Formats: sequence, C-alpha cells, structure tokens
Amino acid sequence: MGFTIAEKILAAKSGRTSVRPGEIVDAYPDLVMSHTATWRSVSVMQKVGASKLYDPDRLAVVLDHIAPAKTEKNATDQQVSRNFARTNGINKFYDVDAGIAHLVLMEAGHVAPGDLIVGTDSHCTIYGSLGALGTGIGYTEVASVWITGKLWMKVPETFKIILSGKLAPGVYSKDLMLYLIGSLGADGCGYKAVEFHGDATSGLSVSERMTMTNLAMEMGVKCAFVPPDAKTEEYLRGRMDASKRYQPVIADVGAVYAKEIQADLGTLGPMVACPHEVENTKPIQQVQGTRIDQAFLGSCANAKYEDLEVAARILKGRRVHPSVRLIITPGSKQILLEASKTGVFQTLLESGGMFTNPGCGACAGDGGILADGEVCLSTANRNFIGRMGSSKAEIYLSSPATLAASAIKGVISDPREFF
Amino acid sequence: MESTIQGRVYKFGDNINSDIIIPGRYLIYIDRERLAQHAFEVLGEGFPAKLREFQILVAGRNFGCGSAREQAATAIQGLGIQAVVACSFARTFYRNAINDGLPIFECPELYPDVQDGDSLKIDLAASKIHLRNKEYAFPQLPDSVKKILELGGLANYLKTQLAGS
Repeated sequence: MGFTIAEKILAAKSGRTSVRPGEIVDAYPDLVMSHTATWRSVSVMQKVGASKLYDPDRLAVVLDHIAPAKTEKNATDQQVSRNFARTNGINKFYDVDAGIAHLVLMEAGHVAPGDLIVGTDSHCTIYGSLGALGTGIGYTEVASVWITGKLWMKVPETFKIILSGKLAPGVYSKDLMLYLIGSLGADGCGYKAVEFHGDATSGLSVSERMTMTNLAMEMGVKCAFVPPDAKTEEYLRGRMDASKRYQPVIADVGAVYAKEIQADLGTLGPMVACPHEVENTKPIQQVQGTRIDQAFLGSCANAKYEDLEVAARILKGRRVHPSVRLIITPGSKQILLEASKTGVFQTLLESGGMFTNPGCGACAGDGGILADGEVCLSTANRNFIGRMGSSKAEIYLSSPATLAASAIKGVISDPREFF
Repeated sequence: MESTIQGRVYKFGDNINSDIIIPGRYLIYIDRERLAQHAFEVLGEGFPAKLREFQILVAGRNFGCGSAREQAATAIQGLGIQAVVACSFARTFYRNAINDGLPIFECPELYPDVQDGDSLKIDLAASKIHLRNKEYAFPQLPDSVKKILELGGLANYLKTQLAGS
C-alpha cells in the first residue's frame, strides 16, 4: 500500500514515517504567508505577550488587498505590518507595489514542491500547482504558527481527478474547473486533498495549473496538487534560491484514493458561473447575451501573464463595447512588467481597457466596486453576493477569453468565434 | 465554556459563505461588536438585528465556505450566538470557530427536524443535542482541539502555553 502526496508531505513535516487519513499530526510548515491581515496577527502576538518568532525565515508578508492604502485606517494597518517585518528581519517582505501574495511568492521562488505552506487566505491551495501543500488558516492561527512553528492538522483523504483529451481553442482550465465545481458542488471535495492526473494534466502550462489549484478551493478542498514534472522544474529553474534544496513529492503507485473522477477536456466548452454561487455554473450557450456593465480581468485565479495575453489576442485591433468598463488588474508587478515589454499592455489599453495597480483589486473590494443593479463579468474565483460592492449587483465568472469576447460585444459571449 | 448550551434556533440553508457572514469591507475591524453590526447584512432588511433574538444557528451543508476570514466566527459571537450546529462546515470556518472560542457541532441528523424558533439544548459532556423529546448525537472534538475551545480560543490557549514554558 502506498501514499498520496498530502499523506507524504504531512508525514515529512510532522516527523513521522507515515500517516493515514483521519490522523491528527503536529505539522511544521516551511512557509507562513500573511497578507493584508498581517497587522491582525501582530495584534494577537501582543495580546498573548509573545515577542519571539519560531523562525523569521519561514515568514512571508505580502501587502496585497487594498494596496496601496485607500483610507487612513488601511495606511495605519499597513504601517503596523511593515514595521513588524522590519523589526523582525522578515526577508520575504513585499510591499503594496508587489501584487497578489500567491503569485508573488511563486514568482520569487519561495514555493517548492513538497513544501507545507499555510497562510491567511483560502486560495493558498494554489501552491499545489508547484506540488506544495497549501491551505488557508485565520490570523490568530498564523500568529500561533509564527510563535510555535507548528499547527495541528488532520490528514485528509485524497480524490484523484484523471484528465484526458485536449482543450479546444478558446477553452481553458478555468472552464474545466467551473465544470467540475458545477458538477461536484461547493463541498464536493470538502476536507479532501485533490490530485490532478492523466496525460492531459501534463500538457497544461504552469499558469493553467495555478488556475486549477486555485479554483479547487471552490469545491471545498483542503489542498490540491498537480504532481511536479518537467514543466514544474522549468518554472522553478532560475527562480529558486540556489541554497534551497527540494525533493519533488509524488504519489506512490499503490496510493489509496477515496474516489476517482474522470473528465475529458475535449468535450468541454466555455463555462460561466452565475450569481451568487460558484457552483451555479452553466455552459456559455445558456447565458450568452446577458448584458454586462463591467469586465474585471484580475485576481489570483486569472490575472497571470498568460491570462492577459489571451485577452490581448482577442482584443487586438478591436474595441471594448462603449457601455462596458474593462478593468485590468495584473496579478503582480512582474506580470505588468512583462506585459509592458511584449506589447500586451499597449494592446489592452488601445482596445479601451484600463489598468489598475497590481494586487487583489476589485475581487477584494478595491477599485472596481459595483452599484445597485450592475452586472460584472469577472475572471476571479468568487461571485458571492456583495463581494464586489452592492448586494444588488450581479457577478458572473469566466475565463479571460470569454471575458475579452464579452467586453467587445457588451454581452456575455462565446470566445470561440475569435479563434 | 459551559457544559450545556441552551437557546432558540435560527435556521439557514446550505453553503452560507463567509462573504455573507461578514462582507470583506469590514475586515478592517477585529472586535466582536463592530463586526456584529454588519454580520449577514447582505441578506437584506432586518439583518443582522433579528438574529440577536436567537442563541443558536443551525445550518445545512458547508457553513462558512469561501474566504478564510476569521472575522466570520468573531462576528457571529458578537451577535450573542453561543453555538452553530451544521450538517457540515467548511474547514477554514471550522478552524476559525475553534480558534475564536465559538462552539460548533456537526449533526446532519438534526437539520430536517429543526425549525426557526425551536428550543435546543446542547449537552457537551454527553455529546447530545436535545430537541423536544428527541436526542441527536454529535462527534466529540479530539481532546487537544477541545482544550483550545474550552479555554475560549487559541489566543487564550497560547497565553497558557507561553506562561507554562
């Protein structure tokens, strides 16, 4: 009998030779990420009277939500976080200019296959795109891990998702995930680890894998993995610290899975999540023609360079519909820089789009708030009521290609006619 | 923590996400009372005021899904809610509730039988919920985790640990 990726990582990080689902272990994460919530964890440290960190090198602080500060309160909170990082010698500190924590940390080479990473954000599952176990915790628990170096974790059962076939032009891993979330439900993988397998998985780019492990959160996973392979290695080359050694963790041949799920990418078309739950997904045919007021190309799910490039390919030589605001919030400064070098930035601007600074943007309630009755198509991962402003606004979710096609037409549209 | 929790029930459906419990724009606060003023407000007129008349929330599957915001648990406590009983919880909310000192119980059997305004009694030692003449069992938390809840949350637990070391 063998072990899954989650079982192997949790065993290694808790000093055990092996663990099985249901066991509770004390695990020592390699990295503890805190974003804009950092000041809250600092307040917990003060409250409990602790001043010493278990290991400052295991902390990463990235100020990404509402960045730069919008109000004096934000500014004060960010100042607390900044001072904390300085005082404690946190080398992995990224200020309000850097972008979304998840993308910044992976770009900077702070995430390695086999790592255990916890952080103040549910979409920490994204680190599984590089073979790391990432999962979200609250700010009090982050403070606890800062101080003690560890947290209790229950070993999850693992679901195996086997992907076959090839995505058609105009269809992306976002469509796959919306399809899976729609069919399995918001808790279809509740408390579970998920591993993506099959020939089709190895064909997907690291950027597409990030979208998959990010969106997996919306079906309730504790963590999600794409097993590390040659593409992972290529992504990591030149990013990782030369001193950082890592051993990719893959599942044993005889690993035990609680369930196997098959999906044929070749049969998928563009999918859209309708208000107000991500599991409320529909094929594009059923929602096309829906009027939109705003198109938001942003978030840790789909504001990577490849995502901007896909949108630019469709928008090149075309105009955003006059009744639509196309707001582009690059996932990170690096992404913005790359887009400015390749012409993607110019194409998107010329088409009528507007750029905001890198970060979480409208997905976290920053620039791009909606009024009563407005409709937004977004490339983010959540369409919950009130998430982007008015609770009387509606949010639909799609891939960057569907977003670009819809921004041109002014209504939700099938991107395949642009391919 | 008391050994029994008693009170009137307000009942929710499935997939009540943490954006509904406390919208993102209020995460700049961490104190209970301030957060409670805005808890569940996206549900419309009467919220959150009417929830203050109840002591126990009962919910369907996947309560607290979505964002890992700890303030979801804090805001519920600020409303005076003493416990949440659900068919299942999202794992981030589950941890945050324990770490915030909010008692939570998984009991899918209770859900179809309970209505708004019903009176529930939760017996922690016996791991039983009493509704009218019926009893419903719920699983005990592991001892190490129960300790965090008994001390009123992770901050208090840490304080105790630090004082002992």
